[in-house]
Amino acid sequence: MGGYVDEIVKGEVYLSISQRVRQNPAYRHLNETQVRELIDALYANELKRIGFDKPFIYRSFAYLKDAITLSLGRALWISSASGSKSVYIIITERLPNTVLLFTTTQLLLFFIGLFVGLFLSRRYGSVADRLAVMLAPLSSLPGWFYGIFLILIFASYLRLLPYGGMVDVPPPTDSLSYALSVLKHMTLPVLSWLVAYSFINIYVRRTFFLMFSSEDYVELAKAKGLPESVIQRRYVLRPTLPPIITDFSLSLIASWMGAIITERVFNWPGIGSLLYSASVMFDTPVLVGLVVIYAYLLAVTVFTLEIVYAILDPRIRMGGA
Amino acid sequence: MASRAKRFFEQLLFYRSAAIGLAIILVLVGISVYAIFAIPYDEAVRLWRAGEQHWLNNPRNALPSWVNIFSSKKLPETIILDTSEPRPGVSKAIVPVLGRFSQIRIEFSFDYQYDDFPSELNLFFKSRFNASAPQLTVHWAKPNGEEYVLNTMIISREDKYYISNDDRLARELRGLISAKVNRTIEYDAPVTLLLFAEEDASILNPSTAKVMKGTYRLWIEGMAFETNVDVDARLIVYGKVYGWAGTDHLRRDIGIALLWGTPIALSFGVVASVSIALIQMFIGAISAWFLGRVDTVLQRLTEVFMVLPFLPVVIMISTFYKINIWILLLVVIGLTAFGSGVKNYRAMFLQIKEFPYVEAARAYGAGSFRIIVRYLIPKVLPTIIPSMVLSVPDFVFLEAALAILGLGDPLAPTWGKIIDDAFTYGALYKGLYYWVLEPSVLLAITSLSFAMLGFALDKIFNPRLKEA
Repeated sequence: MGGYVDEIVKGEVYLSISQRVRQNPAYRHLNETQVRELIDALYANELKRIGFDKPFIYRSFAYLKDAITLSLGRALWISSASGSKSVYIIITERLPNTVLLFTTTQLLLFFIGLFVGLFLSRRYGSVADRLAVMLAPLSSLPGWFYGIFLILIFASYLRLLPYGGMVDVPPPTDSLSYALSVLKHMTLPVLSWLVAYSFINIYVRRTFFLMFSSEDYVELAKAKGLPESVIQRRYVLRPTLPPIITDFSLSLIASWMGAIITERVFNWPGIGSLLYSASVMFDTPVLVGLVVIYAYLLAVTVFTLEIVYAILDPRIRMGGA
Repeated sequence: MASRAKRFFEQLLFYRSAAIGLAIILVLVGISVYAIFAIPYDEAVRLWRAGEQHWLNNPRNALPSWVNIFSSKKLPETIILDTSEPRPGVSKAIVPVLGRFSQIRIEFSFDYQYDDFPSELNLFFKSRFNASAPQLTVHWAKPNGEEYVLNTMIISREDKYYISNDDRLARELRGLISAKVNRTIEYDAPVTLLLFAEEDASILNPSTAKVMKGTYRLWIEGMAFETNVDVDARLIVYGKVYGWAGTDHLRRDIGIALLWGTPIALSFGVVASVSIALIQMFIGAISAWFLGRVDTVLQRLTEVFMVLPFLPVVIMISTFYKINIWILLLVVIGLTAFGSGVKNYRAMFLQIKEFPYVEAARAYGAGSFRIIVRYLIPKVLPTIIPSMVLSVPDFVFLEAALAILGLGDPLAPTWGKIIDDAFTYGALYKGLYYWVLEPSVLLAITSLSFAMLGFALDKIFNPRLKEA
C-alpha cells in the first residue's frame, strides 16, 4: 500500500543519502562495498525515521494526526515572505489577504442577493423586477472578466484607482493610511465580483422566495390579515433559510481558497496566487496542505449544517427519520 | 384579460431574448465555418507562430482601420514602396559608368495626408554584386523642400536600415531643426516626428507638433565599383492602423486569432458542457438504478472529485504535459465527470425509478441497460437542456482563463491568448484598449448569447419558474 508515491519518496531519500555520503570527505577512505553498506544502513535508518518501515495504514493515522494538528510539513520550493519554508506559515501569511478580499465580497453578495431578492419577490413584475431578470444573463461572465474591464476604465482610462496589488508602494507607515490604501486597492476586485454575481444572486433568491410565497400557509397567513413584515419574516424567510444558509456557509468556505484568476488579474497576494504558483512549481506539500484544510473545513461545515437545519426548520426535526 | 395580455407579452419577451441569443450563435457558427474554410487550421497556426519576420510589413500595435471612420483625426495607414514592384512614385536606375562603375539612383515619393506621425520608418535592401558592395546615401525631402541626408552606408546582400531607430540621426535632426526654429527641442523627439513635422514653434512640444502634409521624397544615391550590380529597396512607412482588427506587439494580425478563436471557443464550450452533462447524467442513472455497492462506489468517487480543487489540478496537468487544447478538453471532461451534478441527477432518477411506467418496463422483462437508456434518461433529458446551454459560457471562459494563466494551448490562436498577450505586454498601461476589448467583447457576446438562450429555455422547459 502507498502506491507509487512511496516509491518516489524512497527514491528521493536514497538519492539524497547516497549523494551526501559520496560527497562527504570523511568517507573518502572507504572502498565501494563499504560505501554501499553505509548508504544502505543510513537509508534504512532514514526510512525508519520518516515511518516508512511501518505499513501504510499506520502511516495514514500519523498523516491524519499531522493534518488535524496542522503540522503541514515543509514546502519544496515556495517560501513565505518572511523566509520560512513551513507550509503552515506560508498559508497563514496569505490567508488574511484572501479572507479580507473574498470573504468581504461573499458577505456583500449574500446580503445584496438576500435583501434585494426579498424586495423584488414582493414586487413581482415591477420595472425593477424585470430589470433584475433582464440583467441576470450578465452573470454568465466571470468576475475576473469584469475585472479587466474595470481596470481598463478606472485604472487605465480615468486613473482613479490602482491597477492591482494590495497596498501602495512603499506601504504607508501609519495604520490609518495603510487601511485606506488597502481599501483603495480592494475596490476594483470587489466591484468586479459584485457586477458579475449580484444579478444572478438576486434572480435566484427572488425566484426562490416567489416559489415559497405561493405556499398554502403563506396564503393562510395573508387571509388571517397578518402584517406584511411578519409574513415575510416568519412565513417566507424562515422556511427558506436552510438552503440559504447552506449556500452562504459553503460559499464562505470556498471563498478562503481565493480565486486564482481574479487574484492574478489584480495581482492580489492571496491563497489563489499561492495555489497558482504551487501548481506551476509542483509544490505538493503546499497544495496538499491547502486541499486538506479545505476538505476538513468542508466536512465540519456540512456536519454543522445538519444541526443548524433542525434548529431553523422545525419540520425537519419532526420528520424524524 | 390584462394579466393574460401581460403574460403573453412576457412570454414574447422571453422568446425574443431566445431569438436574439440564437441569432448571435448562428452568426458565430457562420464565422467559425468561414474561418475553417478561409484559413485552414495549420495555416492559422503557422501564421500565428511565424514570428516577426513574416509580419515585417505590418505596423506594431496598430489600431483597427475602422477607427478612422469615427475619428476626425486620420491615423496613418502603412505605405509600402518597393522597387521590385514598380508603380508611380517608385523609380530605379542603375547606370554603368566608364564600363567599370555603376551609378545607382532609387527614388520613392509618396503623398502623406494623415493627421498623425507614422509609427516607424524602415528601409530594406536586396542586392546582387560580385565583390564590391555598393555604397549608398539616403536622402529625405519634406513637402516644403527641406532636404536631409539620413545616412551613408555600405550594404550587404540582404540589408536593412531602421530609420526610426537611428539615434544618431535623431540627435542630428534635433540639432538641425532646433537651429532653424531658433529654440532647442527639449524633449527626446523621435525620428518619425522630426521627419514628418512642420518646422515651426509647434515642434517644440510633442503635443503640439503637427504633421506637414504633402508629398515626401526619399531617394538613394550610390556607387558600386563593378558593373554587374543590382539593388532593390523597399521603404515601409508604418502606419498606426491595420486591417479590421489591428496588430499586436509582434506585428501579427489580431484578426486571425479573432477568427480562429471563434470555432475553438464554440467547440470547446459546447463539447465540454454537453458531454459533461450527459456523462454526469449517465453516472447518476447507473448509481440510482443499481443502488447498493455500485451506488456506494460511485458516490464516494463523486465526493472525492468534489473536494479536489478543479483549477489547480488542471493547472498541474497542463504545466506538466504542455497539452494542446483538445487534450485539455478531455482532461476537463474527465475531471468534471464526477461533479456535483451526479448527486442532482441521482436524486432525480431515484424519484423517476419508482414511476409506474418504469415498473411496467421491468415487468415485461427489460434489462437494466435498456431501462436506463430508454426509460430513465429520456425523461430527464429535456429538463437538463437549459442548464447544458447555460454552462457553455463557463467552459468558454475556462479556456480563456487557462490562457490568462499562461497554460492554454501553446499553438492555437484563441481569444484567451490575445487577452493574455495584451495583459502581459501592458496593453492597459499603454492605452492599447482595442487589443483587450476585441477578444473580450467577442467572449462577452458569445457567453451572453448562450446565457440568453439558456434562460429562455429554462422558462420554457421548467414552467414552474414562469408561474412564479
